[in-house]
Amino acid sequence: MTNDLIHATAAELAAKIHSGEVSSVEVTQAHLDRIAETDGKVHAFLHLDTEGALAQARKVDDAVKAGEQVGPLAGVPLALKDVMTTEGVPTTVGSKILEGWLPPYDATVTRKLKEAGVVILGKTNMDEFAMGSSTENSAYGPTHNPWDLERIPGGSGGGSSAALAAHQAPLAIGTDTGGSIRQPGAVTGTVGVKPTYGGVSRYGLVAFSSSLDQAGPCARTVLDAALLHEVIAGYDHMDSTSINTPVPPVVAAAREGLKGDLSGLRIGVVTQFSGEGYQQGVLRSFEAAVSQLKELGAEIADVSCPSFDYALPAYYLIAPSECSSNLARFDAMRYGLRVGDDGTRSTEEVMSLTREAGFGPEVKRRIMIGTYALSSGYYDAYYGSAQKVRTLITQDFAKAFENFDVLISPTTPTTAFKIGERANDPMAMYKADLCTIPANLAGTPAMSVPSGLSDEDGLPVGLQIMAPALQDHRMYRVGAAYEAARGAFGGPSL
Amino acid sequence: MPSISRDEVAHLAKLARLAVTEDELDLFAGQLDVILQSVASVGDIATADIPPTSHAVPLTNVFREDVVRPSLGQQQALSGAPEAEDGRFRVPRILGEEA
Repeated sequence: MTNDLIHATAAELAAKIHSGEVSSVEVTQAHLDRIAETDGKVHAFLHLDTEGALAQARKVDDAVKAGEQVGPLAGVPLALKDVMTTEGVPTTVGSKILEGWLPPYDATVTRKLKEAGVVILGKTNMDEFAMGSSTENSAYGPTHNPWDLERIPGGSGGGSSAALAAHQAPLAIGTDTGGSIRQPGAVTGTVGVKPTYGGVSRYGLVAFSSSLDQAGPCARTVLDAALLHEVIAGYDHMDSTSINTPVPPVVAAAREGLKGDLSGLRIGVVTQFSGEGYQQGVLRSFEAAVSQLKELGAEIADVSCPSFDYALPAYYLIAPSECSSNLARFDAMRYGLRVGDDGTRSTEEVMSLTREAGFGPEVKRRIMIGTYALSSGYYDAYYGSAQKVRTLITQDFAKAFENFDVLISPTTPTTAFKIGERANDPMAMYKADLCTIPANLAGTPAMSVPSGLSDEDGLPVGLQIMAPALQDHRMYRVGAAYEAARGAFGGPSL
Repeated sequence: MPSISRDEVAHLAKLARLAVTEDELDLFAGQLDVILQSVASVGDIATADIPPTSHAVPLTNVFREDVVRPSLGQQQALSGAPEAEDGRFRVPRILGEEA
């Protein structure tokens, strides 16, 4: 029974809970037991909210018993990335500077999940302030990939994706600034979606790079991701960049896709994301996915987006620039850590000592890169040029979407690398996000859906599907159709 | 020639309010140099005629009615403060610092 519950999809669990076949408390307890059994090895969670989860589960069970109408995912457990504020529940962002902080308010995403009856199990591990591609930058130790515990689960949202792969939760929330939902999804064999920028509120999402940060759904199936997408998306007056348009019909699109017909759909293969630096097993998995998409009726052709070659350098100027400004709020005065306040030191000295003690090396590197790129004398050459590259990338997307409904590529150039392998080489680490960054810079939606396992190392590979802004439903249709054609590819043994 | 010197990194750390150690200065100077040299390639295609994009969504100012809405109370706002006194944030001395 427990085994069935932790292997079921969110859609299946919701149906069982809402029909009264099982209770949300049973489902929640089964996942809490699974976490207790496996998280010593995986370390997906930074904090469990056992009491809060069971209380929410009981509430849903009572509503079901009373015959009340409940939301489509009511009673289903979820793992929440520790970047989203949760009232009264620790929110560290993977950083020592917020250790022990209890937020006085819920993020909009948190609030929407609670209102929808979703059961939040706890908060998941992440690279500090979402800066990283391996979850090794967490101040609380790395998360291990359930497929191979010596390997990284991707980042920054490695905890959320590892929790899905380890069957600790059927749903999770991530945030994606340069690939932090999609790349962990790819290397853990799970689905990760970055919605159109502005589609999901950023209120209560601890900011890293505000023009790029976007929360989104993570799941083991495309349909589950779509169901979660519709729970968290929508206009929010608390986020000045929230888009005031109807939520794209992603659930209907996923169900349409499951029918397995992509006749007439035009798919472009981005030629920039291939060649040197790409693992052969990843490329073969991608080619197999292209063949399957053709069999589903899609018309596939190559498309060149030359400016995408400059997306990585542009990103590593824009994101650090915005982060150097955003993280100025960690000043040791209003919340979080304070170090060295012995009565003799000035505010500025306490601030500097606190930030030195509270931030890890990657965060410090990015703050200093950003400070440099924004300083007078260097602004035009660095930040200004990066903003122009952003224009070119947006234009390349627009041109490509004149001829294609969606674009595809591998999600990441390699499968999961070993923990420690790239830890001392920031540039090597950054390259994990090579294929995912353009969609962040253009604000367009993108999804990673598993394309099976690499024939070289038996590790999961991700297929990236990119769509134009506000056309999120297109990638759900393609993703669901492909997923059904691909079939099962096994799972990690834990 | 490195694009950034150890002294420049020390200056950046000071601007960013990071009391970095001597060892960190050595480490970061090398790493920042590699990163900056690598990202400088944006200049290769960023010609004068291209307009910059600061944001993916074209933004205009958002207005709303000036009405009172529920917000954090004083106690909640101070709940995470390292130190508070008389309903206010308590900070170390701010006077007598060098200009």
